[in-house]
Amino acid sequence: MESFDIHKGLVAPMDRANVDTDQIIPKQFLKSIRRTGFGDNLFDAWRYLDEGDMGKTLNERQLNPDFVLNAARYQGASILIARDNFGCGSSREHAVWALMEYGFRCVIAPSFADIFSTNSANNGLLLVVLAADEIDALFERVQARGFELEVDLQRQCVTADDGASWRFDIGRQHKQRLLSGLDDIGLSLECEAAIRAFEQQHRQRAPWVFQT
Amino acid sequence: MGGKTLYDKIWDAHWVGERADGMGLMYVDRHLLHEVTSPQAFEGLRLAGRAPWRTGANLATPDHNVPTVRSERVTGVEGIADEVARIQVETLDANCRDFGIEEFGINDVRQGIVHVIGPEQGATLPGMTIVCGDSHTSTHGAFAALAQGIGTSEVEHVLATQCLAQAKSGNMRIEIEGELGDGVHAKDLILAVIRHIGTAGATGHVIEFTGSAVRALSMEGRMTLCNMSIEAGGRAGLVAVDDTTLDYVAGRPMAPSGDDWSAAVTYWKTLHSDADARFDHEVRMDAGKLTPQVSWGTSPELVVNIDEGVPDPAALEDPIKAEVASRALDYMGLEPGTPMTQIALDKVFIGSCTNARIEDLRIAAGIARGRKVRVPQALVVPGSGLVKRQAEEEGLDRVFVDAGFEWREPGCSMCLAMNADRLYQGERCASTSNRNFEGRQGHGGRTHLVSPATAAASAVAGYLADPREMAA
Repeated sequence: MESFDIHKGLVAPMDRANVDTDQIIPKQFLKSIRRTGFGDNLFDAWRYLDEGDMGKTLNERQLNPDFVLNAARYQGASILIARDNFGCGSSREHAVWALMEYGFRCVIAPSFADIFSTNSANNGLLLVVLAADEIDALFERVQARGFELEVDLQRQCVTADDGASWRFDIGRQHKQRLLSGLDDIGLSLECEAAIRAFEQQHRQRAPWVFQT
Repeated sequence: MGGKTLYDKIWDAHWVGERADGMGLMYVDRHLLHEVTSPQAFEGLRLAGRAPWRTGANLATPDHNVPTVRSERVTGVEGIADEVARIQVETLDANCRDFGIEEFGINDVRQGIVHVIGPEQGATLPGMTIVCGDSHTSTHGAFAALAQGIGTSEVEHVLATQCLAQAKSGNMRIEIEGELGDGVHAKDLILAVIRHIGTAGATGHVIEFTGSAVRALSMEGRMTLCNMSIEAGGRAGLVAVDDTTLDYVAGRPMAPSGDDWSAAVTYWKTLHSDADARFDHEVRMDAGKLTPQVSWGTSPELVVNIDEGVPDPAALEDPIKAEVASRALDYMGLEPGTPMTQIALDKVFIGSCTNARIEDLRIAAGIARGRKVRVPQALVVPGSGLVKRQAEEEGLDRVFVDAGFEWREPGCSMCLAMNADRLYQGERCASTSNRNFEGRQGHGGRTHLVSPATAAASAVAGYLADPREMAA
């Protein structure tokens, strides 16, 4: 997993509440058995005028000129600001893969859906939760051309070019994992003996769980 | 010290310990797999040279991608016309074969939507921790099992370690008293809950549904309720064990029997919240006044009573909500004030992990019996091969076919339209599924979420319709 420490990048706005993972990566791309190849289909139904499908190449597609991420000024953006309940709906981790492959390293919103949060942590995508009025302030600032933010995970703060700064909270464990980028399975397998011991007791208590 | 909630009890009974980084490890009893969210997990396992921790904990079936037309199903996997979908189903078959995981293949009578077959087989048991790479895993909470949807990295983690690395969620109780009226069902109840608390209303929490209205529900109804906990933002939904639960589980192929059954029942009867348990968040609702519910927008919280009209965004004070509503109306092609029952339909879909069990089909058939479908296409997609067989034994397939419905093979079908069952640009559908997101049932498609009763009534009316005016 990619680790996250400090990231500075161009900010793009996604001014909608309840952006669901069906919008982030539509269902037809979930037929892939790979972990990559989703970036071109991020927000597919909003980003293109024609209906996308697997195997359709970019030069066959018609870009939607009205979609915010297609605006010239947001090209190369790596930080997304969004509204409440970002990432709700389907558990598809493909949504996180698509966001990261497109180039996003951080999403800032007033709230995120639970499964999306876990999926993001498991891939090194930092989710920053700020209060709704702070998000409003960021949406106002993003009107300025070339608005960049620096996100410092260690110090838990987001800083704009003009020095304005916002602190954010993050769970101790999530923070540690993002900073270290360590393999999650490897970390858990350090507890192999504890898992075995638990399993043995559990088998005594609830043998019916182990009938299959 | 205060008493424990049902969630506390299951959590404590599966607590393994803390990892070096402080993250908790929760033991997983049952892991359900399907073709869409597992291939990358198996690949990861292979690349790291790891094997499944406990093979028998896993149960797999293809459901999201499979065709539901008989002619495409008869030749099995080879018959899947969409090559990309076929490769995904073949990949699941190969992974299960290679790792020794039990799989109900495409034409096994036990195949079906993963959240229908778990309970049906007794693979879902009270008190279990259950995970699956699918958000609607919350369905299994109807059995007082802690059931959560997970991402693909977690699928790999569970395969490798038999644990989830997780922090504990908050406790939320939704207490629903009163008696549901005729023509009003579990689906209306959960739509009303989501309408009330919003799609982020339970974020960070596990919901326990309590109250007389919940106790009165069948297991099918409780599954519908817990299924859409995720649409309310909940990490999981739960209903305590009672005789309804035990009666459903008894005799299932993977359920315990004999002395094991007695020991299990003794334990399962403790699976309820203590009287003095504390919840972080409590909501009370009254089922008595509830009417059939129907969604009008592109989020499951945008819901009205069937006898109301399309809401007016201008009447909303919150500017963000007004913006969401007006965008939704634009996408849905609706005008404020239009009575819901004057909205004409192109398609009706009865199916999905929310509403494709035998009780759902019985309710829908009760309304379809002796009537004719007036929409261009109406699908009934049973939740599993066994639901299909049961329905056929009861003659429900004849009722549907005589009315003009198409009787299909089991799968997720038009709930998410990964296969050929879908809406086309601008088409409008009354659907018993769980999500009305933009494009969910097909690019440009428009979804109205309803109960099986309302879906059947709407199919024969040609418009969104009130099932109470069409008694069986």
